[in-house]
Amino acid sequence: MQSSSIALECEHDIAVARGEVRSVAAAIGFPLIDQTRLATVASELARNVVKYARRGRMIAQPTADARGRAGLRLIFEDTGPGIPDIAAAMRDGFSTGRGLGKGLPGSKRLVDEFEIESEVGRGTRVTIVRWL
Amino acid sequence: MDGQQRIPILKVGRVLIVPIQVDMDDQTVIHLQERILTELERTGARGVLIDISLLEMVDSFIGRVLSDIAAMARIMDARTVVVGMRPAVAITLVELGLELRGVDTVLNVDEGIKLLRSEFAISEDEEEGLDYGGPAPLAEQLNRT
Repeated sequence: MQSSSIALECEHDIAVARGEVRSVAAAIGFPLIDQTRLATVASELARNVVKYARRGRMIAQPTADARGRAGLRLIFEDTGPGIPDIAAAMRDGFSTGRGLGKGLPGSKRLVDEFEIESEVGRGTRVTIVRWL
Repeated sequence: MDGQQRIPILKVGRVLIVPIQVDMDDQTVIHLQERILTELERTGARGVLIDISLLEMVDSFIGRVLSDIAAMARIMDARTVVVGMRPAVAITLVELGLELRGVDTVLNVDEGIKLLRSEFAISEDEEEGLDYGGPAPLAEQLNRT
C-alpha cells in the first residue's frame, strides 16, 4: 500500500487527516478499536501542527516489521517554532495553549511507538507506529 | 466539504436534542457550542441531550468542548447528558486520559430523557409541549405534602 501525504494548513485539514488515517487503518485490517485509537492520535497531533506551527503535513505510511507484521506509521512534521522542553511537553497536564495538556502524553498511550524530534526555530517531527 | 456543517438542534418539551451525525471539524464544534447556549436562552430548555452514537472519535478538543457545554449549560440552569458513546470511543477517551468533567453519560436517548426528566421532574405533558409552568406537576407536589 502506498503512503499518502496530507497538508495541514487549517482546522478543516485536521478532520481530513483523521478521516484518511481511519480509512488507511481499515484497509490494513486494523480492528475498529485501533482505527479509533489511530484516528484520535492523528487528530491530536494534526491539531498540534495547525495550532503551534500553522502549517505542516502528515504522512501515513503502511509498513511491516521484520517478521511481516503489518502496521501503520504516521509522521507529523512542521517547520514551526519547535518545542523547547520536550520532557515538559510529554507530561500530563502540561500545555502552553488552551488545551488540556493531554495531546502528546495521551497520544503516546494510544500507540506502540512514539518518537518526537524537535529543534527550536526549526520545527518538530512526531512519528508514531501502531502494529496490527 | 468546506464551510459550516449544520448540526440540527431539536426542542422536545423542555429538552434540546442535538444529534451529531457527522465528523465535525473544530469550527463546527465551536459553532455548535454557541448555538446550544443561544437556544437554551431562547427556549428556556432545562436539559441538553447530545447524541454522539454516530461519532467515530472524540479527541481532547471535542472532549473539552463537551465539558464546557455542560458547565455553561449548568450556569444557565440546564443539565447536559451525552448519550450513545461507542465502546471504542470510550476506551480511547480513557486511554487518552480524558474524563469529560461535569458531563453525565448514558447509553441511549431513552435513558437520557429519563435522566433529565427525573432531574427536573419534567412531566410528560411538558414533553408534549403543554407547558405546565411550575417546577413540578401539581399532583406530584401534593403527594409530597
